[in-house]
Amino acid sequence: MANTADRVSTRGRRRSGASSLAWSILSFLVVAAITFLGLITVTFFIGRVIPIDPVLAIVGDRAPASVVAAARKQYGFDLPLWDQYLLYLTKALKGDFGNSVLSTYPVMDDIRRVLPATLELATVGTIIGLLLGIPLGVLAAVKRDSLIDQIVRVIGLVGYSVPIFWLGLMGLLVFYARLGWVEGPGRIGVAYEYSFTPITGLFLVDAILQGDWDVFRDVFRHIILPGALLGYFSMAYISRMTRSFMLNELSQEYIVAARAKGLSETRVIWGHALRNAAVPLVTVIALSYATLLEGSVLTETVFAWPGIGSYLYNSLQNADMNAVLGGTIVIGALFIALNLLSDLLYRVLDPRTRT
Amino acid sequence: MSDVAMSRREWLLSERPQSRLQARLGRAYMSWQRFAANRLALIGLAIIIMLLLVAAFAPVLAPYSPVAGDLRQGLKPPGWEHWMGTDDQGRDILSRIIYGSRLTLYVVVLVAILAAPIGLLVGTVAGYAGGWIDTVLSRITDIFLAFPKLILALAFVAALGPGIENAVIAIAITSWPPYARIARAETLTVRNSDYIAAVRLMGASPARIVVRHIMPLCISSLIVRVTLDMAGIILTAAGLGFLGLGAQPPLPEWGAMIASGRRFILDQWWVAAMPGMAILIVSLGFNLLGDGLRDALDPRGAGQ
Repeated sequence: MANTADRVSTRGRRRSGASSLAWSILSFLVVAAITFLGLITVTFFIGRVIPIDPVLAIVGDRAPASVVAAARKQYGFDLPLWDQYLLYLTKALKGDFGNSVLSTYPVMDDIRRVLPATLELATVGTIIGLLLGIPLGVLAAVKRDSLIDQIVRVIGLVGYSVPIFWLGLMGLLVFYARLGWVEGPGRIGVAYEYSFTPITGLFLVDAILQGDWDVFRDVFRHIILPGALLGYFSMAYISRMTRSFMLNELSQEYIVAARAKGLSETRVIWGHALRNAAVPLVTVIALSYATLLEGSVLTETVFAWPGIGSYLYNSLQNADMNAVLGGTIVIGALFIALNLLSDLLYRVLDPRTRT
Repeated sequence: MSDVAMSRREWLLSERPQSRLQARLGRAYMSWQRFAANRLALIGLAIIIMLLLVAAFAPVLAPYSPVAGDLRQGLKPPGWEHWMGTDDQGRDILSRIIYGSRLTLYVVVLVAILAAPIGLLVGTVAGYAGGWIDTVLSRITDIFLAFPKLILALAFVAALGPGIENAVIAIAITSWPPYARIARAETLTVRNSDYIAAVRLMGASPARIVVRHIMPLCISSLIVRVTLDMAGIILTAAGLGFLGLGAQPPLPEWGAMIASGRRFILDQWWVAAMPGMAILIVSLGFNLLGDGLRDALDPRGAGQ
């Protein structure tokens, strides 16, 4: 988290010399291509070079000799390393990560099935983080060193220090087991699980589309606890960054001018200062979303949430190497894309970086 | 008495130090004063000193064995005999947490020892050499910086096999890039200064300049950054432990302890709750200490 903050703050300085928009988009594409290539290369090392026998890593050590031989041929492990790399690269670019040993389906099909659950959860978390984090951050900056500023500080400190999986377990203990305010693990109750047919895979949206309010209530009661948990982490980050951007804006001369003009304090803060702080905030929100996706391995394991995080965890437990590599590449690609996109958005949205 | 103390203070704060030692001590004293003015930072320091003491004197402090349990005493709630209760195998949770502090320190120290020098080397070489070496090294750093750390560490451990050493390696591989960034930035600010030119004129090799004259300048900002990262390292290690990829049972690693307490969360909450508190307190300590160090050693960055 802290290093993304650094990147946001150095960004302004680094980019001020950037020339035209077209140039930034071109260089963005080049950087994106190199980074994706790097990701695939690193996973190649993880999956094919580090294991002593990558074939056994894929089919398991109890597979019959014929299966091992077939897999060796299928993945081209009889080829030189460089050819193996090219084969791996072309397949990965097409989204072909091989079949999962566990589900026997192609890894990409599995991921397509579980990804909406992860995206829905991360989206709910980010929305909660935004709705709470921005007002808190603005208030903390306006009333510096007041009680609310201290509260924002504590929220941030705890957010950076608490293990997310532990907080999730405690949340389940208190709000599900003791108070009974929310539903427990999973995405949807057993009563609806088999009668409900998803359309988009985002259950909240699907329930609205079908006008099924019983399902909506049930899904909502399932998502609210993990969503609130992710929302807390998102809020910790967003409120801290909002505070620091707002402090920066409020010390500018145009704020003095706006006040001298006789504008109300509300308009100065929410109209002028926040509007200028909004540009770096967009990048912070993208980074926060990326962090929630990455943390899905831990949260989804705690809440038995059937998303890509749980998928990755189950594959790890069963040494299903194709699924592990596929999951790593997909989460990594989303993470990198959001990272780079936030960079690009910053350049596009901030007029000062144009000439 | 107060006269002596005053003069010692004056000696430390002297505008014209008589020796290198006096100047260094004076600077350290001023940093310490800035640090000590920050109450939260002192709390952080106290937590970390506690952690060190607990880890060092674990056999003296722990009332029971961390690995051998008494099955008849299984899943006892916190009470006089077992302050934090017992787990499903009748092991005293407090004793396990006390011994677990050694594993936490082990991970944190090893990651710092592995990752910081890599970052320092990459960053200073990139910054001092410039040209295509800089471009290549910076590009690699940026690529690693854009990767999701936890997911990559998971994949590395999946390939290397679970275990605490492999978890350390995986975390170190994914955490050096920020250090390289910092070291490079520091190097760029000094590489064209007069004293570097003077050393070069005296015939020092580039390697000597980097190691003897540039690296020492990067150390203080690197220490701050490493301290700030400690909490993240602890959380990642605990996360790997929780997922069953870090320290293996019966090692009393805090994350793995939470994982084993998960099954009893509804009725025997303390099994999972206690180690989580330990993680929270220690990472809070590192965060507070890191914030305080940053403000004390780098007054420019204060107030951010």
